[in-house]
Amino acid sequence: MRAEYIKIAFNNILKRRLRSWLTMIGIFIGISAVVALISLGQGAQAAIDEEFAKSGADRIVIQPAGGFSTSPISVEMTSEKLVERDIEIVKGVRGVDVVTPMRSKIARVKFKDETKGLFIIAISTDKDVLQRVETVDFLRVEKGRQLTPQDQYKAIAGKALADDLFERSVAIGDKLIIDEVEFEVVGIQKDSGNPGQNAMVRIPTDTAKELFEFGDDIGTMMVWVKDAKNIDDVADRIARVLRKEHDVEVGQEDFTIQTASQIVEGFKQIFGAVTAVLIGIAFISLIVGGIGIMNTMYTSVLERTKEIGIMKAIGARNSDVLQIFLTEAGVLGFVGGLIGLAIGAGISKLVEFAIGVQYGISLIKAVFPTSLLVGAMVFSVGVGILSGALPALQAAKMNPVDALRK
Amino acid sequence: MSKKYIIELSNVWKTYTIGKVDVHALRGLTLNVKRGEFLAVMGPSGSGKSTAMNMIGSLDIPTKGVIKLDGQDISKLHESDLAQIRGQKIGFIFQKFNLLPTFTAKENIMLPMTFQKMSQEEKLKRAENLLSLVGLGDRMNHLPSELSGGQQQRVAIARALANNPEVVLADEPTGNLDTKTGNIVMQYLKKLHKTQGKTIVLVTHDSDIAREAQRIERLRDGALVNTKRGNKK
Repeated sequence: MRAEYIKIAFNNILKRRLRSWLTMIGIFIGISAVVALISLGQGAQAAIDEEFAKSGADRIVIQPAGGFSTSPISVEMTSEKLVERDIEIVKGVRGVDVVTPMRSKIARVKFKDETKGLFIIAISTDKDVLQRVETVDFLRVEKGRQLTPQDQYKAIAGKALADDLFERSVAIGDKLIIDEVEFEVVGIQKDSGNPGQNAMVRIPTDTAKELFEFGDDIGTMMVWVKDAKNIDDVADRIARVLRKEHDVEVGQEDFTIQTASQIVEGFKQIFGAVTAVLIGIAFISLIVGGIGIMNTMYTSVLERTKEIGIMKAIGARNSDVLQIFLTEAGVLGFVGGLIGLAIGAGISKLVEFAIGVQYGISLIKAVFPTSLLVGAMVFSVGVGILSGALPALQAAKMNPVDALRK
Repeated sequence: MSKKYIIELSNVWKTYTIGKVDVHALRGLTLNVKRGEFLAVMGPSGSGKSTAMNMIGSLDIPTKGVIKLDGQDISKLHESDLAQIRGQKIGFIFQKFNLLPTFTAKENIMLPMTFQKMSQEEKLKRAENLLSLVGLGDRMNHLPSELSGGQQQRVAIARALANNPEVVLADEPTGNLDTKTGNIVMQYLKKLHKTQGKTIVLVTHDSDIAREAQRIERLRDGALVNTKRGNKK
């Protein structure tokens, strides 16, 4: 490609400024949407990975296959459940460090004169469990303290429960009445970002067993492994011993074992699918943008028929004319892409900032890898050239005598 | 024969089919132009002047007959080969100047050289020299819209000489100019012929302009009528 062809392209684009802008709008809407979605998508995935690496890499969750056994009724409805003996068995698996049951139930919680149906959870208050609890985002404490083995009718309130759920804020030392039994609030949970987790009440396991008559049913089991690197092997070993204990074959398990990485992968898959659909929609606008370029180029060929004739008269070959028009279409794509890139990056940064302001934390960090920037530019120039191909061919094949007559 | 004549047209026919009717723009035109000759072609409108010009300038190919340019038969060449020949051997000067409006005078002159893949440095040097030759050394970076008609035609003359062609074809070069400016343009053409020995074929309907040539040929109904001597030897 010759510098003159780029100059011809810019000359013509600048000469028809309004039309050129309108033509490029299609391209830069498409490119900005694609860039923003990809950069935010990748940023979100990086944030998930980072969060996972921080707190969940060494955790395994074991649940009954039939769902949560949160109440006597649901226990009756689902035959599968995990029992006290399963805890001992899992504790004996090589690589397992700490195990706690996590029982849960929805119960009536009264504060002052208000009563609400809330989620109550109970985990072990053993020393080794307490050490691990602080690594789980929804179990951390912001004010007050964690539950201790000596605690009986004590509770930890979720952040939203304490601040917003009741008319009056719940503070350390306040009393909550759970199913007619009084509990003293000794701690307020940290904001976990999850509305469900922020509205729950945590009480000691023994108190919960007594209050809700859980019996042998332990609900869910949380397991911490000694070395996060071996988590998948440990999960396999747990599955093996539980299958043997429950006398079930592979594929017939009455329990599910999930490592944090599997949970994250599942989430990332859903997130990836949503992002892909959105990017697909953005690509449609790029195609529309391409058609816009094609339309403009056809108009340009018609308007510049005489110019094409002149160029041919002074020695331009068909290939020269083809290159001139392809360059022009490519330049439209290039400039459109460049603007789209800038707008897309701006949108990403704005979303990153807005999320930061809304949640007070930098949850998503917009990322702009070189591959995204280069890819977006190559793609927009490609769309331009591809869309300009047919009009350029028409120009190139023009008969010089006919063209000069226009 | 070929060495003496740079342009040879032998029994050239050009027929256009309009609907079901065949229209003969050229009817067996035979015309030879000597190397270094200044020829004027005259004729009324519809006589086939422009068609003949297109044939000589390798812008079009004949329906029948042979056209030789510098000894090479160009009657049946492909458009890309014709473009190559046009770029190297022929310089066009049009009635309406036909400069590219978004290019400066210098850039307009450089464009034919671009199509011949000349280096940037050489293009610049040649364009500046040619603009000085036509007395527009101080107008190099002006757009056509910033130049008078006479100045634009002088830029067009300079552009026609960009690739140092052997033949300059001028189609009514003074048609859009007043008499005084037209005379100035004619002086440049005559100078080209005299000092550079270019073969010049001038198409005009103005007999005063035609008389500046060495030979005048008249076309009527697509064929030559008779031959006249111009003023110049």
